[in-house]
Amino acid sequence: MLESASAFHLILSGDPTLFAIVRLSLAVSLSAVLLAALVGLPLGGLLALTRFPGRDAVVVLINAFMGLPPVVVGLTVFLLLSRSGPLGSFGLLFTPTAMVIAQAVLITPIIAALTRQTVEDLWSEYRDEMNAMGVGPAQRLATLLYDARFSLVTAMLAGFGRAAAEVGAVMIVGGNIEGFTRTMTTAIALETSKGDLPLAMGLGAILLTLILLINSAAWGVRAIGERQAG
Amino acid sequence: MRGPVSELPLVFEAVCYAVGGTQILRSLDLTIAPGAPSAIIGPNGSGKTTLLRMAMGLLAPTSGRVTWGGQTDPAPRRRAILFQRPVMLRRTAAGNIAYALRQAGCPSARVAGRVEELLAQAGLSGLASRPARRLSGGEQQRLALARALARDPELLLLDEPTANLDPAATRAVEDIVRIAAQSGVKILMASHDLGQVRRLAGDVRFMSAGAMHESAPAAEFFQSAKSPEAQAFLRGDIVT
Repeated sequence: MLESASAFHLILSGDPTLFAIVRLSLAVSLSAVLLAALVGLPLGGLLALTRFPGRDAVVVLINAFMGLPPVVVGLTVFLLLSRSGPLGSFGLLFTPTAMVIAQAVLITPIIAALTRQTVEDLWSEYRDEMNAMGVGPAQRLATLLYDARFSLVTAMLAGFGRAAAEVGAVMIVGGNIEGFTRTMTTAIALETSKGDLPLAMGLGAILLTLILLINSAAWGVRAIGERQAG
Repeated sequence: MRGPVSELPLVFEAVCYAVGGTQILRSLDLTIAPGAPSAIIGPNGSGKTTLLRMAMGLLAPTSGRVTWGGQTDPAPRRRAILFQRPVMLRRTAAGNIAYALRQAGCPSARVAGRVEELLAQAGLSGLASRPARRLSGGEQQRLALARALARDPELLLLDEPTANLDPAATRAVEDIVRIAAQSGVKILMASHDLGQVRRLAGDVRFMSAGAMHESAPAAEFFQSAKSPEAQAFLRGDIVT
């Protein structure tokens, strides 16, 4: 009870440490969603519209990668970015950029897999009309992604939820450095292990609230958009 | 938007189409030339929709050949199709027409004006900003027709254009078709509605079981159909 009160005090008093962590967490996860969307949306769309040998295997692989363990992604990105790794010369390890990359790797399959399914369903509906209009392949992909935009918001939200909630990958590649790479999830893990439950609970409350707010906003945008455009 | 290449005459030469061993079209010959609307009638499963889809270039014959203005390239240039259940893009009514116009190569500066004209032609001016999928069945059919006309077609294929529509919506669709035909668009329509065929068509082709049995001017066909299948169909007998 006392710890809950302290947690609320931290939030209401605008504790700078707390809010720096919140800002970084949001910046990392939203950037990761953006990056993953840039890859995942066209990749999912292309998979939906193209047929090639081994396509089924690629689809199964991407679906399976939706369940990638964050620590495995963290370890892989760590090995790539570490000083002796192939991308070590960029000096990205233990930076927010490394965290964005790790989270983007984690959620790209989620966005790609959900996009593929959405676009494939829409394509089966649109195929005859678009063929009759002589729509070319590139325009076809653009049209389907645009017309599926409200459904694809859900794919992006699924990616954001996964990114914002994961701790393993950002812990490994970010290092949980105070004031630099500490996010809400890594801070919650650390403060809980240290016994600072008020900060951990405050961060937990903020994390849940932010996820709820972002989902509500996305839901609202989707509802308004669907009302206006169908 | 109109290109120099003509879609007409549309010619089917000994066209067969089979799926999984089932013969859908059987050695079908057909010539569609400019003029009054042509109607294809026949019972369900006679191959009317398949024929229209092939005429649109959406299906390739198993054997035989289809040509448009003497060309074998199936890419649609100046033809359009209205499906029995048209799919509305997830855009507004105006957005659906604008999309078709852009695909047909309409210059950007002209799109807004053409959208207005086509919406007015379809009697949908007041519904321009309404999501297309929220329109009634009759409104959607008129919008789909306007979208097809956005391609400025020389050949317009209609697959049961008023199936499931009430009389008022049917009349609205027929009015648009009639105006399009009067402006020089060649109409090839499949219909179950014999009254509609009488109202719109200049000539009638009767098919059943994937074969063309009769071709005649509409008045002559309804007065004295020659083939036993067509006579049975007109009597209201069950023809398969």
